[in-house]
Amino acid sequence: MKNKLIELKDLTKNFDDQQVLRGINLDIYENEFLTLLGPSGCGKTTTLRIIAGFDEPSSGQVLFNGIEISKVPPYKREINTVFQKYALFPYLNVADNIAFGLNLKKMDKSVIAQKVSRMLKMVGLEGFEKRDVTLLSGGQQQRVAIARALVNEPKVLLLDEPLGALDAKIRKQMQTELKKIQREVGITFIYVTHDQEEALSMSDAVVVMNNGEIQQIGSPTDIYNEPENRFVADFIGESNIIEGHMIKDFLVEFDGYTFECVDKGFPENEEIEVVLRPEDLDIVEPDKAQITGVVKNVTFKGVHYEIIVETESRTYMVHTTDYAEVGRKVGLSFGPEDIHVMWKMGAY
Amino acid sequence: MRRPKNGGVWMILPLYLFTIVFVAGPLLYVLALSFAKANDGYGVTWAFNLENYKRILDPVYQNTFKQSFQLALTSTVLNCLIGYPFGYFMARLPEKKKKHAMIGLMLPFWVNSLIRLYGWIIILQKKGLLNHLLKSLHLIDKPLKILYSYPAVVIGMLYVLFPFMALSVYSSAEKLDWSLVEAARDLGASKTKAFWTVTFRLTLPGLLSGVILTFIPSMGLFFIADILGGNKIVLVGSLIQEQMTRGSNWPFAAALAVVLLILTTLMIMLYRKITNAKQLEGVGWE
Repeated sequence: MKNKLIELKDLTKNFDDQQVLRGINLDIYENEFLTLLGPSGCGKTTTLRIIAGFDEPSSGQVLFNGIEISKVPPYKREINTVFQKYALFPYLNVADNIAFGLNLKKMDKSVIAQKVSRMLKMVGLEGFEKRDVTLLSGGQQQRVAIARALVNEPKVLLLDEPLGALDAKIRKQMQTELKKIQREVGITFIYVTHDQEEALSMSDAVVVMNNGEIQQIGSPTDIYNEPENRFVADFIGESNIIEGHMIKDFLVEFDGYTFECVDKGFPENEEIEVVLRPEDLDIVEPDKAQITGVVKNVTFKGVHYEIIVETESRTYMVHTTDYAEVGRKVGLSFGPEDIHVMWKMGAY
Repeated sequence: MRRPKNGGVWMILPLYLFTIVFVAGPLLYVLALSFAKANDGYGVTWAFNLENYKRILDPVYQNTFKQSFQLALTSTVLNCLIGYPFGYFMARLPEKKKKHAMIGLMLPFWVNSLIRLYGWIIILQKKGLLNHLLKSLHLIDKPLKILYSYPAVVIGMLYVLFPFMALSVYSSAEKLDWSLVEAARDLGASKTKAFWTVTFRLTLPGLLSGVILTFIPSMGLFFIADILGGNKIVLVGSLIQEQMTRGSNWPFAAALAVVLLILTTLMIMLYRKITNAKQLEGVGWE
């Protein structure tokens, strides 16, 4: 078992009359790539700012290696931040930007130069020492920002939507590189994003947040395959969410049919919600499936077709490589393991 | 983008004409005048001579220049000390209060500064508001003699020029990216350290242009010394004005003006060299 590095206990935060965090409990481990994921205004950035020390929680505790730090100023924490818009000092060149923290520690000049060039090598900007930061591209500025934070050898690196301002291609490239850097330096990364794909592809653990509360904590696969509620299912990937009843263990009813499933542990006849991922549905001949409908719309998405099927009760979204023309009567087929049953959630 | 072949010249011609007629022309006239000779009664004789400039070397006039420079320096330094914090904190106010502060700062501009300076006479005079206040607070027994003294002139200068400094600092503090300050804090800087390494560094252009905007006028503003300094403090500005009107020695006044212009230009060139002020805000030099 890995060691706990940061523990958030019952964190709340109010700005004026607005409650931004409503009791956050979270353990963050050493050497972990953890992502706070959620729509804007969900409290993910506030959580990050509290860990960094820029904001104080209204109540609750922040423990770092078991010691309460919520009143410790940012410059005394072994935590560094990569800011959303890089926040590089425009009047310093690349090397001086990176050396900012080391210079404050009055480190030896030759040691600083050595560390700076090692960092530049790691982020792929060898020989950029004397460059003017304002003339670098967005991706390069972001690399400088990462080097500037990591050169201080923090125990935790906080990243606040660091790739938000980059275009799609460089974004993808930086995602791979960030993950590589994290493995290389072997410290904890806490990453904030609203991009679910980014969260799933980079993280060891994903924390889905909404409305100042944690909705689910888990590995990317868990979060995707086993969403705990409608919000998570809806926010992560695309899904068909259907209301139904849990008749008994391994048997669920929705849209007027009963299906075998792999879920258990719900009370009998409990009202539940079912998630069916579009890619788990197959288009078959109408007589080979319980649920049948008519194809309403077909969109070519590159790898697959997105087919909208209208049944008696609702419309289903299907992702499949098979083509079915509009107006055709089809059946929807899926296996017991494709059905995921969730607790029904109040309004969110 | 390609320059338009014709037309461009005609578009900016009015600007050139305006500059020639209202800026270059009068300056050249003053320059020519400074080499002329004053008639006994009224008018000038256009006979080239250097007498006017030689007269400035007289210790009395040298002293006037020195006094003007000292006063300008004093008021500019004080202006920095008061104007910088004012502009800085104003930029940090919440939006609504910022607006109020701005109105407060601009309001005096709606009243002629001459009239406002007469107001200071009422405040500073022997039986004035200030002495009354200090006395009722038992801070002094005898009324202070502030009016018609050096401090009164400094106060007047500060009062008239303060908004320029405050607004200049404000405009650069307003644009400051606060995430840079947070970045400095994050990288190990204490609050004070972050202020000096980031905030002050980035608002320096505002302060530097504030210095220019306050120093140049304070070398020439004659009416402040006239109104609040009585006849005791003679500045170059007042001297020029006196020679133009009562002395009716236009050539000598012109020579004084030329020397003042040259000295001010030299000082600003020196200042820009020292501060390496490529970054002067709102003063379009480069």
